[in-house]
Amino acid sequence: MSVAERAAELAPAAPPPLEARDFFLGMRITPLTRRRLDLFKRNKLAFWSLWLFVAIFTLTLFAEFLCNDRPLLIRYDGQFYVPVFTAYSEKEFGGFFEGEAEYRDPFVREMIEEKGWIVWPPVRFDYRTINYDLRRPAPSPPSPTNWLGTDDQARDVLARVVYGIRISILFGFSVVIVSSIIGIVAGATQGYWGGRWDLYFQRFMEIWGSVPTLYVIIIIASVITPTFMVLLGIFLLWSWMGLVGLVRTEFIRARNFDYVRAARALGCSDWVVMLRHILPNAMVSSMTMLPFMLSGSVTLLSGLDFIGYGLPVGSPSLGELVLQARNNLHAPWLGFTAFLTLGSLLMLLVFIGEGVRDAFDPRKNVA
Amino acid sequence: MSVVDVSQGSGAGAPGTHLIEVKDLSVSFRIGRNNIEAVRGVSFHIDKGETVALVGESGSGKSVTALSILQLLPYPKAFHPTGSIKFNGQELLGAPDKELQRIRGNKISMIFQEPMTSLNPLHTVEKQIAESLFLHRHVTKAQARARVLELLHLVGIKEPEKRLGSFPHTLSGGQRQRVMIAMALANEPDLLIADEPTTAVDVTIQAQILKLLEEIQKRMGMAILFITHELGIVRKLANRTYVMYQGKLVEEGDTATLFAKPKHEYTRTLLAAEPKPRRDKAPENTPIILQTTDLKVHFPRKGGLLGRTIDYVRAVDGVSMAVRAGHTLGVVGESGSGKTTLGLAILRLLRSEGSIQFGGRELQGLGFRELRPLRKEMQVVFQDPYGSLSPRLSVCQIIEEGLVVHDKSLSWEQRRAVVAEAMREVGLDPATMDRYPHEFSGGQRQRISIARALVLKPRLIVLDEPTSALDRTVQVQILDLLRGLRERHGLTYLFISHDLKVVRSIADHVIVMRDGVIVEQGTTEDVLERPKTAYAAALVKASFDLVADDSGAVRG
Repeated sequence: MSVAERAAELAPAAPPPLEARDFFLGMRITPLTRRRLDLFKRNKLAFWSLWLFVAIFTLTLFAEFLCNDRPLLIRYDGQFYVPVFTAYSEKEFGGFFEGEAEYRDPFVREMIEEKGWIVWPPVRFDYRTINYDLRRPAPSPPSPTNWLGTDDQARDVLARVVYGIRISILFGFSVVIVSSIIGIVAGATQGYWGGRWDLYFQRFMEIWGSVPTLYVIIIIASVITPTFMVLLGIFLLWSWMGLVGLVRTEFIRARNFDYVRAARALGCSDWVVMLRHILPNAMVSSMTMLPFMLSGSVTLLSGLDFIGYGLPVGSPSLGELVLQARNNLHAPWLGFTAFLTLGSLLMLLVFIGEGVRDAFDPRKNVA
Repeated sequence: MSVVDVSQGSGAGAPGTHLIEVKDLSVSFRIGRNNIEAVRGVSFHIDKGETVALVGESGSGKSVTALSILQLLPYPKAFHPTGSIKFNGQELLGAPDKELQRIRGNKISMIFQEPMTSLNPLHTVEKQIAESLFLHRHVTKAQARARVLELLHLVGIKEPEKRLGSFPHTLSGGQRQRVMIAMALANEPDLLIADEPTTAVDVTIQAQILKLLEEIQKRMGMAILFITHELGIVRKLANRTYVMYQGKLVEEGDTATLFAKPKHEYTRTLLAAEPKPRRDKAPENTPIILQTTDLKVHFPRKGGLLGRTIDYVRAVDGVSMAVRAGHTLGVVGESGSGKTTLGLAILRLLRSEGSIQFGGRELQGLGFRELRPLRKEMQVVFQDPYGSLSPRLSVCQIIEEGLVVHDKSLSWEQRRAVVAEAMREVGLDPATMDRYPHEFSGGQRQRISIARALVLKPRLIVLDEPTSALDRTVQVQILDLLRGLRERHGLTYLFISHDLKVVRSIADHVIVMRDGVIVEQGTTEDVLERPKTAYAAALVKASFDLVADDSGAVRG
């Protein structure tokens, strides 16, 4: 069949329009993105894992409204008070002390409820609240007041888990986002340009990578107090190297592909070629790494907390909970909680990661 | 036809039995929950000492059929719903592995298409060939070495003693193919299955390999099952021919009869699918659009402790040529002659020395920004339809890329309309523009590549072997397309190819390259019909008559 015949056979040149104009979260997306979204949705396990993860993450982001020893709202003497946001002294409710009101104190509570009412969060404990009226010595087993029991400092385990999850996820995300940006840029430029830049950067990474990370963290932790930001900084010094090798290999492989040559022949700049033509292909292998990096940094942080070189004493952390569980084998609720929390968190991340990877795979078809 | 001997395991093959008897063979593949039928009810036979060809385009099931003879398919993903394959009366289908291993490489051996990947890069020539000797015969090391030398001599490798310790990467494509044939012949098989053994090599090497196979068959008297999509080879080699189409045998018979009186429509299409010499005339007295003067591309060869440059590989060594607007210049030569490098250098995708003038402007020395507007006017189409399209971009994104770079004022809708127009022009359905490249066939992908080049309305397109990876029938369609586009848009082509038949059908002028220099140039008619140099003559003979050249003008 000749070209002319074929061309005549087809309808007048019109792009397939309407369905292509698709919106997702208010952004116009290409049919390709739609297809990837559809693929992800079809993977039920990943799809529900994502929802569950988002739900957990959102809830824990508002941990102060879930687990707090201060009420959400107080009506006292015709006025509204919001103790979640503002510190009120006990005197304002007719007490004796200058300091902040101790709302859990039955005396203060009675005082307020005489002239108004109190709205409490579901769990009336903060991560550092100590429950002084335990019936049994700490660690005490689960009870109507402490749903998951208390640890050996008489603090509520549920409250500590909620705050601990938040800090773990935030830490994990920060590490993954920053280190993948650095890692991908480093890997991409090394692979694409090669030459001296690649040579020297690789040698630098070999030396840098052979520094014993754990000892450095321990040494730094014993000199300065490792706050969240300090730990994040130290982690980032090494974690960015995880993706470099992967991305670099993909770029070396792809830079001689015909479609990369074709793009250069079209007049695309180096950065466009890297971003548009090579990176999407390198992304699949990076994507499969991301959930593992995320769970890896969550595990590492917990590990550091476990051996006592992590976040400052008293911080809510899943690692510290594991440590408590080990020190109090007679209190199995600590162990169960720590294991289930960490385990399901990591599992959700891996399920999501698998779903994302499959959605990016052009060989999968939407039936 | 004689009665089939049914006595199992007689081995020796009673008189009157076919060497290979395939009956009602079907092959299916399990892909997910679906079964794909690759081969459906194929029956054929091969007798002792004859050459049988299995012809069809890619995807017709010819290779799958051949692989099932040796049971080399990925079982259990592949399975045979029906059929039987008898070798000397012995059933091979479902035979135990022990039994099959005795036959593979011993009674039946196979040579493959890709000489680059079918030899183990970590083994020497001697080790590769001797392997099957040690497996099937109880030989000593010295005996094996003697036999390997004999085989290398047989397949025409010069100075075989020196080649024993060579690794595959030091051999040329033709030499590798010879080594592979030597491996297959090591145990003097009764049947040699050749799966497109010449598709990946140059025409000159192809002619040599065909000649070698013929000679060996004469000497050793084995049967050959030749799988190919190239009808020229079939006509030259085969006693009988089977034509496959979509998993079925559509025609069979004596080769001469089949070529003279094809019965099935598909066979007729295949036979008609030969690139015809060009008839239309190029416009005359148009200005020169592209001119190179003493163009050189040298790659430094580093060596020594400090990585100093000790020598240069002269990929292109002083090429001067000119193309007039609306004309097509064919660049021919064997692989390694510098054709592709020349094309890339002209597009300024490789660093080069010497002058490149395009539309009266000197390209050398222009920076990235100055070059960008010119990029719109010179485009490129590559050989491999699989590697030249980014697998993660949709067809629309691939084609519109140039528009995004060069015409930022176009809106999303406008770009899609332009893309749709370009797709229609190359004979693709615009409704498929949001699909990924892997959903298209090789010919369709090549059309996408052409659309990508075309969408910018260039003046010059460098076509780097655009039809080499395609079946003949598709090749002819793509050539038709290219000719039509040239006429409609007044395009100028630089057509790089090793296939002179294709070049003859599209080019006005031809340059013949060897080792980076032009050895002959002139009008297509002059060069292809009255070649002046021995090298050009050898190329012509190998392309059109499949005759190997013995004068030494080409290397093996």
